[in-house]
Amino acid sequence: MSLEQFKDRNVVQNYVHIPVDKPPQKPMDKFKQVVRRTFKGELFVGLWVVFREMIKRDFHTVKYPLEKLPISPRYRAVHKLYRLLESGNNRCIGCGLCEKICIANCIRLETRYDEKQRKEVTEYSINLGRCIFCGYCAEVCPELAIVHGQRYENASEQRAHFVLKDDMLTPLDFLKEGKQEEFPGFGAVSPNADERIKKTPTAY
Amino acid sequence: MTTTGFIIATIIKILVVLGLFSALAGFGTYLERKVLAFMQRRLGPMHVGPYGVLQVLADGIKLFTKEDIIPQNAVKPIFMIAPIIGAATAFIALAAVPILPEFEIFGVKVHPIIADINVGVLFVLGVMASGLFAPLLAGMASSNKWGLLGAARTAIQLLSYEVVTGLSILAPLMLVGSLSLIDINNYQSGGFTDWIVWSQPVAFVLFLIAGFAETNRTPFDLLEHEAEIVSGYATEYSGMRWGMFFIGEYANMITLGFLASLIFLGGFNDWGFIPGGLAIVLKVSFLFFFFLWTRAAWPHVRPDQLMWLCWKVLMPIAVLNVVVTGIVLMM
Ligand code: SF4
Ligand code: SF4
Repeated sequence: MSLEQFKDRNVVQNYVHIPVDKPPQKPMDKFKQVVRRTFKGELFVGLWVVFREMIKRDFHTVKYPLEKLPISPRYRAVHKLYRLLESGNNRCIGCGLCEKICIANCIRLETRYDEKQRKEVTEYSINLGRCIFCGYCAEVCPELAIVHGQRYENASEQRAHFVLKDDMLTPLDFLKEGKQEEFPGFGAVSPNADERIKKTPTAY
Repeated sequence: MTTTGFIIATIIKILVVLGLFSALAGFGTYLERKVLAFMQRRLGPMHVGPYGVLQVLADGIKLFTKEDIIPQNAVKPIFMIAPIIGAATAFIALAAVPILPEFEIFGVKVHPIIADINVGVLFVLGVMASGLFAPLLAGMASSNKWGLLGAARTAIQLLSYEVVTGLSILAPLMLVGSLSLIDINNYQSGGFTDWIVWSQPVAFVLFLIAGFAETNRTPFDLLEHEAEIVSGYATEYSGMRWGMFFIGEYANMITLGFLASLIFLGGFNDWGFIPGGLAIVLKVSFLFFFFLWTRAAWPHVRPDQLMWLCWKVLMPIAVLNVVVTGIVLMM
């Protein structure tokens, strides 16, 4: 399945109702059914179908740890913290909205004023043991700083892994190589955001 | 041949058959997984060795090193002996099966049959049927509900198909006039058109159906159907004891393949340009493949449907077949 198909959420469900005959009641009818089914060759249709699939060699196995299926950009897995593209600074302004909205109460951030009296986030952690991956934090963030990543394999030796600021923040060299891709998923601005902006009432 | 020579030759044959067929039975599990996987659009075992061929070895190591658990309330001696019955009967049945045509090695003429007894068919079928004691005893001795259900189903199965096997094979035996598998084989030595399957197609189909029940393969795998009774008679078994049931099952499949090819498909007679030894291997391989093929394609039946099928449909047909064959023979 290609990613495009996978992202298409407007799936039409083409259910077909298959009529089921009433089971025969009289012995003679039962006998007739057996004879009909025996000589209809349905069993051989079954044999042919599986044989056809075998010689087609059209396998659908995904060798999981070695290859993975594409997942939707809206998938909500372990969080990531993004950096500003030009300066490389942490996008998070420490507003605390994510901490406030988190319904599982699992985000914790510590802030302080730096030398230039700007707010700086010193510590940012998510307790994944409690996070329900609802995506509210990504949706509420005004700076698109906290987003959901695509990493769903969160098995580790320590519960604290993945979720400290250092783990989530885009590494600087990664950013310099231009590999930090804008998050298209939950809470992100839509591609046609500019067109959809309305003037505020004070303008007229 | 002197007596000592005969004994030595027989022992060698026994060892070869035992070694070869347990290896083949092991390899059969690999083939089964592979064929089933391909038919279900999967890859099957892929990681141990090239294309997973060494999977059998890995499984063997696993089975041998597993703990041999005997449940607390099980009837211990019977529980322990049941899998051995399963494997042993499967191999004993092979003793009367001529595996290849006669050949010469180091100037010695070899008959690739351990015991050429004159009631070969009877012996093979009898021993294979007594192999059903293995699941019966195993299920009843393991003090487990699923095991008991599996054992009950074994009894049902035995009662159902045994009649059909006997009656279906009666008609070809009437044609040949001998119970020795070698005689049956020689009867068909005239080539492709001499195969008994052409004169006895009904008996062939009936024998195959009964054979599926005999080896408890898919349309009739009631004894250990996972979806219904966990693992049936084998629920409580682990390690090598469990493995022995399966070696027995696969050896039985091979034996049945040999029986069907010897009785109906021309046995080890030369088939056109194909020499007899290769011909029988091809036939048995095809029948083995057919076992796996049906497993991928067909759903399985309920116990009551099996009884219904065997007693009300197959047995009358078999009897009719025997009667018609008798009338034709007398005319
Ligand atoms: S996804 Fe939901 S539960 Fe998890 S940190 Fe964000 S707001 Fe909290
Ligand atoms: S909502 Fe966004 S900017 Fe505000 S504290 Fe959370 S991550 Fe930082």
